[in-house]
Amino acid sequence: MNLSVTEILFGLLSLMAIFSGICVIFSKNPVFSVLYLIITFFCIAGHYILLNAQFLAVVHIIVYGGAIMVLFLFVIMMLNLNKETEPHKPAWLQISAVVAGGTLMLTLVGSLKGAAEMGMAQTPDTKLGLTENLGKVLFTDFLVPFELSSVLFLAAMVGAVLLGKKHAQ
Amino acid sequence: MIQLAWLIPLLPLLGFISIGLAGKRLSKVMVNAIACGSVLVAFGIALGVFFELKGTSTTVDVFPWIHAGNMNLGFSLLIDPLSCLFLLIITGIGFLIHVYSTGYMHDDEGYNRYFSYLNLFVFFMLLLVMGSNYVLMFVGWEGVGLCSYLLIGFWFKNQQYNNAAKKAFIVNRIGDLAFLVGMFLAYNTYHSLEFSKVFALANAPGADKSILNLIGILFFIGACGKSAQIPLYTWLPDAMAGPTPVSALIHAATMVTSGIYMITRSAAIYVHADVAMELVAVIGLITALFAATIGLFQNDIKKVLAYSTVSQLGLMFLGLGVGAFTGGVFHVMTHAFFKALLFLCAGSVIHAMSGEQDIRKMGGLKKALPVTHLTFLIGTLAISGIPPFSGFFSKDEILAATFEHNKLYWILGVIASMMTAFYMFRLYYLTFHGSFRGTKHQQEHLHESPKSMTVPLMILAGLAVLGGFLGIPDGHAHWLHFFLKPTFAASGVAYRIPDPHEFRFFSEEVALMAVAVAGALIAFALAWNIFKKRGSVPSMIDSEMSKAQKVVYNKFYVDEIYDAVIRKPLDRISEFMYKSFEIKVVDAFVNGIGSMTRRAGEGIKYLQAGTLGFYVFAMALAVIVIFVIKLF
Amino acid sequence: MSAIQVIPLNWYIALSAILFGMGVMGVLFRRNAIIILMCIELMLNAANLLLVAFSAYHNNAGAQVFVFFIMAVAAAEVAVGLAIMVMIYRNTKSTDINFLNKLKW
Repeated sequence: MNLSVTEILFGLLSLMAIFSGICVIFSKNPVFSVLYLIITFFCIAGHYILLNAQFLAVVHIIVYGGAIMVLFLFVIMMLNLNKETEPHKPAWLQISAVVAGGTLMLTLVGSLKGAAEMGMAQTPDTKLGLTENLGKVLFTDFLVPFELSSVLFLAAMVGAVLLGKKHAQ
Repeated sequence: MIQLAWLIPLLPLLGFISIGLAGKRLSKVMVNAIACGSVLVAFGIALGVFFELKGTSTTVDVFPWIHAGNMNLGFSLLIDPLSCLFLLIITGIGFLIHVYSTGYMHDDEGYNRYFSYLNLFVFFMLLLVMGSNYVLMFVGWEGVGLCSYLLIGFWFKNQQYNNAAKKAFIVNRIGDLAFLVGMFLAYNTYHSLEFSKVFALANAPGADKSILNLIGILFFIGACGKSAQIPLYTWLPDAMAGPTPVSALIHAATMVTSGIYMITRSAAIYVHADVAMELVAVIGLITALFAATIGLFQNDIKKVLAYSTVSQLGLMFLGLGVGAFTGGVFHVMTHAFFKALLFLCAGSVIHAMSGEQDIRKMGGLKKALPVTHLTFLIGTLAISGIPPFSGFFSKDEILAATFEHNKLYWILGVIASMMTAFYMFRLYYLTFHGSFRGTKHQQEHLHESPKSMTVPLMILAGLAVLGGFLGIPDGHAHWLHFFLKPTFAASGVAYRIPDPHEFRFFSEEVALMAVAVAGALIAFALAWNIFKKRGSVPSMIDSEMSKAQKVVYNKFYVDEIYDAVIRKPLDRISEFMYKSFEIKVVDAFVNGIGSMTRRAGEGIKYLQAGTLGFYVFAMALAVIVIFVIKLF
Repeated sequence: MSAIQVIPLNWYIALSAILFGMGVMGVLFRRNAIIILMCIELMLNAANLLLVAFSAYHNNAGAQVFVFFIMAVAAAEVAVGLAIMVMIYRNTKSTDINFLNKLKW
């Protein structure tokens, strides 16, 4: 088999991502779940680099790995969750969950099967993911959503602070 | 000035709106100024239009109104000699009655409401006579019916008055239904409801005579309702429940003449519809006779005048039916003068007698009410057709035209006129002559009416005297003929103005006149004999009448017959429908929908168990299903 | 050699679908609300991956910008969601979603 470096890389990253995803779901200790999820995020960041989306890869690591997962860890530590406090679902429900998830995956694969042939670009633009080009598109075509997302953040911040306050009982 | 004709109906409408909205906040002086002023200014503008008219016929478009599919009706006013004549009558006599009402209704607590209704009525009546298409005329038609209802039931605390008002409105409605069907038929045939177009098509050589007859008959049934002809006349005597100025304005001078206006306006249709014309004449004649016989025995001063109005209207329809359109309109004009005069005098008498309306309790009022007495006498002379008062000229024209048409009709018409003279003079003698038969209390309070009431009486008396000279026969034709000629020419009627040099029939006409006058004088002499010389007074006890008298006195029991034949079966049908259909089917259906919804909700609510896991599971399932359906 | 010329787009679609399906499975499978939130993040990431793949294969920069926004929204959502979870923990002393069934008839 003449596999190029790219294909090997792709396969490796995919396998790692899928494996850590399974571990996220089936791990008993919540802290382990968080750690496995971080590994998954790194793998996906690797995929981004393979696809020439360098800016997004770095942002992905910073935002997800550095912020969101830290938040999750904070909360888990605060609530002091560990292996013993984990509740379990009845077996039939677990099986039906697996079946449902599997069915959904198959359906998605089937529906998107024909999407690959649409509008393939003849000459791939390798400079597409660079910060400069992304910035140009962001600040011209997508200016309004950009501004609106700042409002979104404001709302989220205010909401989170309000929700987290301890009220005098 | 003709272009300002839209101001004429607008002013009373503004009067209605301002007085109606302001309610009790306006003082009596303000209300007087607004109400009487608006009608007076409208009269002034109508005069201006009259002098500017010079025989033309103009349509003033106010605004585009209905535009639906192929139907394009504008809110347009037709100013031609006929409508101008009616304009003058309505605004002129309307103004006089407004002034009279300021005196008559002076102590009434609904003063402001009364004037707002009166102004509204003037607006609708003006709309009726000024509309340039049937739909606008119908708007005015319905509107005057509404105002009639409001004003008859003006003293609404009395349930009987309310019933009279309802009766008037409902009986009118029956006629309106026929009018509407006639309009639908006209639109279906001629594809337009504008007067100019309909009349042009009706006069075209190939017009379908049977359709014209049908339309004519339907319109006439509508006119029967509004102008109180048989069989839809029963509302008019009961309408005397309203204040007397209302009776004068609405039920003598204007609203009841709208049927005649409508038929005269539609002359182009009627000239070609001989069956309809014959029907008009016959019903007019029968009504004239019938109402006159009832009026011979009535004892309420206003009821006598009411039956007299029905009878005179019958005479007008007789004139229209035999082709004397001008004669009919002429009689409308003179009748407006003397009937309004008679009603207002009656109001003055009632006002002096502190509300008493039974003539058996009156008498000898000649000395106490001099002005009222004189004007009432003039009115009585006018209505009896005694020359040179106005009634003589108009009645004579109608009777002459009837003679040319059918000799039997003429004889019956003369008999009706004789009966008119008889009961009017009976009324006059019983009220004003002899000794006073009322109570002591009433005698003490006898007084002549204030100037606001007597001045209109005098003006109307003057018109009743002089109004006839518009129609001095100059060999069959007179000024009114020439004045109205453009109207008939515009609607294409082959109107025949008799050649003034045609002296062939002149002597015959003098003979007819003489017969009519002789008949009136005989009736007058008879009345004088019975009521003045012998001084006989109808008995106070109603049971002393003979059987035949009783039937006539109770108006031939027509109301009771209608009740038994029409109303009771309808009541029973509606009760049956209510019990069997309404409750068992309709209510069950509607309630059933409600209870079904509730039961469905009670069943489905168990889905909302609050378990998040199940919700997410259901979401995932639904997404899968949607994908699958979309794909395959 | 960039990934575009070597790896067919179908592989990326399959990978993304697998990750997404695993995310759904996790949501249905676990009872701890925080783990469920993490699985939702997994689903979002699967969608992101697919978007970036399409962006590379179709030369469309708008898709990458969209991924950017998805990340922003995911961050905000996690912040608020975790705050809610903390509140619930304070009230019911547990993160088990079976105890969150008060919204019923």
